[in-house]
Amino acid sequence: MDSALSLHRFHFAFTITFHYLFVQLTLGLSLLIFILRTMALRTGNEHYAESARFWAKIFAVNFALGVVTGIPMEFQFGTNWARFSKAAGGVIGQTLAMEGLYSFFLESSFLGLMLFGEKILGRVGHWFSTMAVWIGSWMSGYLIVATNSWMQRPVGHEIGAGGEIRLTSWAALLFNDWAFWQYWHTIMGGVVTGTFVMAGTGAFYLLLKKHEQFGKTFVRVGVTVGIAAALLAAFPTGDQQGQLVARHQPVTLAAMEGHFETQAGAPIAILGQPDINKRKLDNPFVIPKALSFITHRQWEAVVHGLDAFPVETWPDNIPLLYYSFHIMVGLGTIFMAIMGLAFVLQWRGTLYRIKPMLWVLMLAIPLPYVANTAGWMTSELGRQPWVIYGLMRTSAGTSPHVSSGSAMFTLLGFMGMYSLLMMLGLFMIWREIDHGPGRTAGSHH
Amino acid sequence: MLPVIWFWIVAVMVAVYVVLDGFDLGAGIVHLGVAKTDRERRAVLRSIGPVWDGNEVWLLAAGGTLYFAFPPLYAAGFSGFYLPLMILLWLLILRGISVEFRNHLDNGVWKPLWDVVFCLASGLVAIFFGAALGNVVRGVPLDQNGDFFLPLWTNWLPGPHPGILDWYTVLVGALAFLTLAQHGALWVAYKTEDSVHLRARHVARMAWIGVAILTVAVTIASFSIQPHLRESFAAAPAGFLFPALALVGLLGIRIMITRGDEMKAFLSSCLFILGMLTSVVFGVFPMVLPAIPDSALSLTIHNASAPTYGLEVGLKWFVPGFLLATAYFVFLYRRFAGKVRLEDGGY
Ligand code: HDD
Ligand code: HEM
Ligand code: HEM
Repeated sequence: MDSALSLHRFHFAFTITFHYLFVQLTLGLSLLIFILRTMALRTGNEHYAESARFWAKIFAVNFALGVVTGIPMEFQFGTNWARFSKAAGGVIGQTLAMEGLYSFFLESSFLGLMLFGEKILGRVGHWFSTMAVWIGSWMSGYLIVATNSWMQRPVGHEIGAGGEIRLTSWAALLFNDWAFWQYWHTIMGGVVTGTFVMAGTGAFYLLLKKHEQFGKTFVRVGVTVGIAAALLAAFPTGDQQGQLVARHQPVTLAAMEGHFETQAGAPIAILGQPDINKRKLDNPFVIPKALSFITHRQWEAVVHGLDAFPVETWPDNIPLLYYSFHIMVGLGTIFMAIMGLAFVLQWRGTLYRIKPMLWVLMLAIPLPYVANTAGWMTSELGRQPWVIYGLMRTSAGTSPHVSSGSAMFTLLGFMGMYSLLMMLGLFMIWREIDHGPGRTAGSHH
Repeated sequence: MLPVIWFWIVAVMVAVYVVLDGFDLGAGIVHLGVAKTDRERRAVLRSIGPVWDGNEVWLLAAGGTLYFAFPPLYAAGFSGFYLPLMILLWLLILRGISVEFRNHLDNGVWKPLWDVVFCLASGLVAIFFGAALGNVVRGVPLDQNGDFFLPLWTNWLPGPHPGILDWYTVLVGALAFLTLAQHGALWVAYKTEDSVHLRARHVARMAWIGVAILTVAVTIASFSIQPHLRESFAAAPAGFLFPALALVGLLGIRIMITRGDEMKAFLSSCLFILGMLTSVVFGVFPMVLPAIPDSALSLTIHNASAPTYGLEVGLKWFVPGFLLATAYFVFLYRRFAGKVRLEDGGY
């Protein structure tokens, strides 16, 4: 692999992973804030309005970081992936342009109103702007996921005389079955992040015995929505994603699972280290026949292993792909356990008093971030060596004139810039959490 | 026909972007000069706070539209201008966080720091945009595949081995800087009261003189550097409408500011910017990226547009989307209309 190619890949991976750290919280919190606002409107209880205001402040900081890291993404298709853009722009540009027009305008126009418009808009008008921000961010998620899905499973296109990819069906692009499941799975991932952050912050206040009324509300709303999201992330959305991969990218599935040999009644590996040279899994801990069942719904079905595919079509970083997938699924299982337990305790009315559970909720805050990142790494590494699955190799998509020196320069620049953003972001969000809710009446300055 | 429609759609979106984000960039440029105390600086930030992100979305929407309607242009342009674009992105990042984070800490080191970052980043962004426009007029060394790569500078001459920056593009950058400074100053004057208002008016008047001089200089230089401009205007004299609009705008600014009507002065400034940009677009048409030295290699709306089907369906979602976006903006600007009041909270 030549060095410009690896730099371009790492450049894209680094910047998008960073963008997604903020995006996932936006996706989750926009729903949760809308829920809090709805509760405030229905009960007329100022407590919920104040809770929503508190989270809106954190949302604002996070959103600002999401916006400034999102703008570079929009440009990077052209800067670093010029040949890919030239060939496929007529297709994926559609969904990207729609995202700008239909969701970014909605979100950015109503965010200002959601943050500062409580007085000028009145209760119902303000509730509407909260909803607009929620819908805007979820719509943005759909359109960008549809873009990504087309790269995973290109549909509705033909190849033109000059090698360019022509769109033949806009509806196929927009209603790609891959996009449907990928979308709901990503959304659930975002809601999991939002609920863990909210419940974890609530648990923190309860453990500190500060802002306890708010703490209880945050834990209750976080856990109630969280259990639903954690379950939906696994079933049906995660499961359906797996089915799609099995159907359309079977070699990716084999690599994700560390499944080297084609066999009937294939086991699923829970733990183990893939050894690519010897083509086997070391120290395996497996559930017999489970892989056959999960992918084909039959215990004895034949599942193709990596040996069934030519090596040139194997993803080029199988170990990382394998671990990413296992980390995601492992954490997903843990989330169901944590949220499930918390939900039962809450139902029995003892949750707010059981300290170990509160500690677990608080310490779990970083885990959904890990799971979401690992999930995307699974998708994106699994797609390799194709940038558009089956149509265009990643190595054929780069910008021919951008040297590795230029790519290294800007990669280092982004790394420096983003370290700064991360520090500022954490500092600012920590300050809001430290001050706590209940301090304000609409403004924080 | 479709490529022509999309060409003008992209042009209009870019122009709307410059007019809208232009005033918040301009507010950034004049920020340190027109607002001295914390209260005054907050007034300036408040005047753009609820709208700057929405304004910037016009850049993204224009970029996205360019991407799908003219993929080869997007690919060639963005990879060819790799370094300045990346630097531009860093500046936009710094600018965005300086607006959003400044007021989170009440502290004598924090706020002045972000004020300076805001001012510098805004000014540099304006210069970069101007230089980018200069590059598009001058042309770039496209090869047979329609690709190029430009270093930041070479010998500062627009000659055979151009860089992004040469005397011509820097001149355009300077004009962009002053134009947006004036545009922002007029916005601030319109939105604020008392001392900020007075200083902003003064800045706008000073900037006007520079803008007028540079407009003449850039016009002369452009016609001598890009012969195609002459051909376009000679072939269709109706095109003189665009420069005429710019001229009306320029004079309008002067007259209205003297009369003390900042709102009309600001609108004249919008007209000036629109007139200047459409003049360029008209002059370069049907090229979208002229090639030097061999202008036969230029990217035009015909060899750079996406296939017909895509452009056709594109119109179906574009028109309602554009109307919706316009509606949000009308609503938003009306909600935040009038002079800023610091008592209401935010920024
Ligand atoms: C909190 C986040 C989270 C959690 C708990 C899970 N996932 Fe996930 N997963 C994602 C977050 C995510 C993601 C970040 O949203 C991805 C990346 C792209 C996408 O569509 O969603 C993803 C992708 C993704 C893919 C697509 C891989 C590809 O395209 O090659 C599959 C098959 C699964 N997931 C399956 C699962 C299963 C069976 C889970 C059961 C526990 C699970 N995920 C939990
Ligand atoms: C939905 C929008 C997305 C699109 C359109 C997209 C597109 C791309 C493109 C064009 C590349 C470079 C080509 C390649 O290496 O295949 C890439 C690589 C990558 N992306 Fe994404 N991406 C998206 C979302 C994400 C997210 C949210 C993450 C992580 C959080 C991510 C992680 C990665 C990684 C890790 C790579 C490097 C893979 C490799 O080169 O081996 N992507 N993506
Ligand atoms: C390569 C792919 C991507 C590009 C080009 C991109 C582009 C952008 C841009 C330009 C913004 C700022 C919008 C503004 O100024 O208001 C943004 C924000 C956002 N993006 Fe992305 N993005 C990408 C990946 C993703 C993914 C994978 C998701 C979700 C699944 C996503 C969801 C969002 C959301 C919800 C926001 C709102 C602001 C926030 O993040 O806090 N984006 N994105």
